[in-house]
Amino acid sequence: MKIAVCIKRAPDSETRFKIGSSGTGIDEAGVKFDISDFDSYAVEFALQTIEKGGGGEVVVYSVGTDASQETLRKALSMGVERAVLLKTDAPVFDSMAVARALAAELQGGGYDLILFGKVAADTAAGAVGAMTAELLGLPVVNSVSKLEVGGGKGTARRDLEGAAESIEFPLPAVVSIDEGIARPRYPSLKGIMAAKKKPLETKPAQLGDVRLSIVKMELPADRPPGRIIGEGAAAVPELVRLLQTEAKVL
Amino acid sequence: MLPPMQDFFDIDSVLSEDERAVRDSVRQFVDEQVLPIIGNAYIEGRFPREIIPQMAELGVFGANLPEEYGCAGLNNVAYGLINQELERGDSGIRSFASVQSSLVMYPIYAFGSEEQKRHWLPRMATAEAIGCFGLTEPDYGSNPSGMITMAKEQADGTWRLNGAKMWITNGSAADVAVVWAKTNGDPSDKSIRGFLVPKGAKGFKAKDQKGKLSLRASDTSELSFDDVELPADSILPKSGGLKSPLMCLTQARYGISWGAIGAAMACFEEAVAYAGTRIMFDKPIGGFQIQQQKFADMLTEIVKAQLVSLHLGRLKDAGRYTPQQVSLAKRNNVDMATDVARECRRILGANGILAEYSAMRHMANLESVYTYEGTHDVHSLILGQAVTGLNAFK
Amino acid sequence: MANVLAYAETRAGELRKTALEAVTAARQLADATGGGEVHAIVFGPAGVAAKAAQLGQYGADVVVAVEHDRYTNNDPESISATIAERAKSGGHRYVVGVASQTGRDIAPRVAAKLGAAFASDVLEAKADGDALVVRHPGYWGKVIMTLKVTGSPTVVTYRAGAVTPAENAKSARAESMAPAADPAASRVVVKETTQSTKGRPDLAEAPIIISGGRGLKEAGNFKLVEELADAFGNAAVGATRAVTDEGWRPHSDQIGQTGRTVSPQLYVAVGISGAIQHIAGMRTSRAIVAINKDKEAPIFKIADYGIVGDVFEVVPALTEAVKKAKSH
Repeated sequence: MKIAVCIKRAPDSETRFKIGSSGTGIDEAGVKFDISDFDSYAVEFALQTIEKGGGGEVVVYSVGTDASQETLRKALSMGVERAVLLKTDAPVFDSMAVARALAAELQGGGYDLILFGKVAADTAAGAVGAMTAELLGLPVVNSVSKLEVGGGKGTARRDLEGAAESIEFPLPAVVSIDEGIARPRYPSLKGIMAAKKKPLETKPAQLGDVRLSIVKMELPADRPPGRIIGEGAAAVPELVRLLQTEAKVL
Repeated sequence: MLPPMQDFFDIDSVLSEDERAVRDSVRQFVDEQVLPIIGNAYIEGRFPREIIPQMAELGVFGANLPEEYGCAGLNNVAYGLINQELERGDSGIRSFASVQSSLVMYPIYAFGSEEQKRHWLPRMATAEAIGCFGLTEPDYGSNPSGMITMAKEQADGTWRLNGAKMWITNGSAADVAVVWAKTNGDPSDKSIRGFLVPKGAKGFKAKDQKGKLSLRASDTSELSFDDVELPADSILPKSGGLKSPLMCLTQARYGISWGAIGAAMACFEEAVAYAGTRIMFDKPIGGFQIQQQKFADMLTEIVKAQLVSLHLGRLKDAGRYTPQQVSLAKRNNVDMATDVARECRRILGANGILAEYSAMRHMANLESVYTYEGTHDVHSLILGQAVTGLNAFK
Repeated sequence: MANVLAYAETRAGELRKTALEAVTAARQLADATGGGEVHAIVFGPAGVAAKAAQLGQYGADVVVAVEHDRYTNNDPESISATIAERAKSGGHRYVVGVASQTGRDIAPRVAAKLGAAFASDVLEAKADGDALVVRHPGYWGKVIMTLKVTGSPTVVTYRAGAVTPAENAKSARAESMAPAADPAASRVVVKETTQSTKGRPDLAEAPIIISGGRGLKEAGNFKLVEELADAFGNAAVGATRAVTDEGWRPHSDQIGQTGRTVSPQLYVAVGISGAIQHIAGMRTSRAIVAINKDKEAPIFKIADYGIVGDVFEVVPALTEAVKKAKSH
């Protein structure tokens, strides 16, 4: 089975962000970057599928600046065979432009499955997977929490609010991955060494027209500082009073 | 999980991408798999064996030994970073890995026959087999050359081993013990050879030492040998003299110099985070002068220790390092870590005596690290001799 | 003057609250750009046209019903093809939806089919000359981004709950349309949609959420959380990642960076320490109550009303008190 996984460099989830001096980006000083969370589940699923299914290839793609090379190399150290960087001068927030660049590269790649994380940690748009599929004319299933592929087709489960969908679809297809599919492996030290010898190709990204730009980034307003109103069950009457009179939710 | 301490002296910029990737991978493993369970394991006094397969899969055992033996083939700075990150979790975890790597796999690699290497090393890299290192004896710690464990060669080429070893990490769990013994009644340390003693050999007993207040998440055992019969091929053929076990100790001590940095970093990060949120007299305690001076001193010591070990690692990779340089690093870094751990425990106030916080666990562990692999004072004499040329041991 | 097409979401032939939000948002956008028409497009089995008529109350000038028995379940391929076709034939400047789970599935497909610029999950959108300027939370909600989107048409989805449905009655001329792509030919087939909550509102829609963390010590103790939710009456039950990782609650209950982001009127955190990853999922709740035995727990920094105590004592007492308060 030939699987492509589209991944992105994103800041580590535990970071407290500061806005950079330009006001249109975060201050990257001291920020740790890694493969965007949901993307790493997709990489793990792809590797497990190949390992269980007795053969095939996993290739990772990323649209990003040079800094994304380290991200791609992490995927290589997890066991991915080959990586391709579609290089941009600056991070791109326009989902359609990213999808164009990926579709141009993936076209004719002969992939049975193209995986995405359901949403990127930073841009948080969750659109590139579906858009890329549309450009490639492939079926797409978004945000799956269970997935099985084989014999030319796939079954998946998507969680809705208070419900779940069971879905069937033919391969080749694009699928975006939610949490719960697979826990990403730690790159083994041997894997880190082997990654150095694996191919990582860089080419310019064909973005087309970029129609979404950042005007400003700011930190959300702080909540008012927390208040402890009492201890133990004895504090309950006061809580109820406050919920009734102050918060007006009771 | 705490965000890691800031890389104050930008040491990351002189690490290669691989070295950083190795460090990050082990760090993530420790954050996710070790930290959540280590406080309880320490209180229960048990080594958390359940993490061994993951450590093996990560490839931490024998990481700086060659790929042809199933090892990761990393350089020594990467090996040091592995130790740093493991000990950022707990000294007991790092001790398990140090013993397996530097004190069992290394002697087999350095002194073993090709058959022994091909048989044991890949199995130990995957932790299918676990080893321990038997050098220290009940009456011979700082002075290993005085050991009385004795192996006598028989007419048929087999050996009979008699004696006892003490303070042996992994002893009760080990599938094989690398035991150092004098041979054929010769009391001089020139007769010392290394033997591979398998678990279950008749007359070989391993018993855990109880009542430890330090290194509790680690197996520490007594080994006893009562006329143990060993086949001819149990000897490590290229071993000879005290130099052989000391070479192993040099490997381990190198790793420990990095490990101590990890323990200090863990305590430091925890204390800084605590001091930022603990309000007293209407402001965080981190805003008071006494705490800030402590942080300044600790940060300085940690940075110095990092630079010592980093340079030492580069020398080791260039094939140029000396055991005396390793003594300087081990002595300095462990000593500074014991101070950092203690100061951090104090900054945590009453909370600092709870197992929920790591400072006191590290503080207690580091007492063992201060004492083993050459006590602080022994390293003082090694350095003293290196400086003056005069032997102050006797 | 710009016409706006609003995708009004249904499930099993019934309008969802997000449908009202989408039409309200579309109405506001149309009025802000010269007062064009709002066309609401609705998909469902036979009979959905009648249910959709109420969208006129919220500002729809036209309600386009696309009826087909396959639309008892979602059919993303034919639905997105039909929306795109209607947007083209109607010359719509904006296509508006809500970023519910279904909205997130449909909207990017529509955008790609139209080659349109796309702004996802916005808190607000304002026209600025030819462009649309939107505010959108990124970096796990830790950063608010103001983005400018150019090009016509523009597809935009609003965060669920960001727009309060507002009455603004319009004519709601009924139109019907056949699917632009035959649902029978869809490659992606939703075989069934199963309800998972037992009579409680979904996390995205509940005004009150009672959430449990590791402090409950074991799965069985979630009963305390459920009883408190029942006492409030209109509450949903949530969980932290620690708890869903252990398997005590399903992953779909998880509130946090990698789970659901919620914004209820009241969020009650029971036995939750307040890890950054969890806070990211609930920090925009209007009022936050926290009950935890550790007074140093980070949750107390953002809780409007914190009680330091044993959850096994405090929660039952609170449940009783809420029941009593509600019975008056």
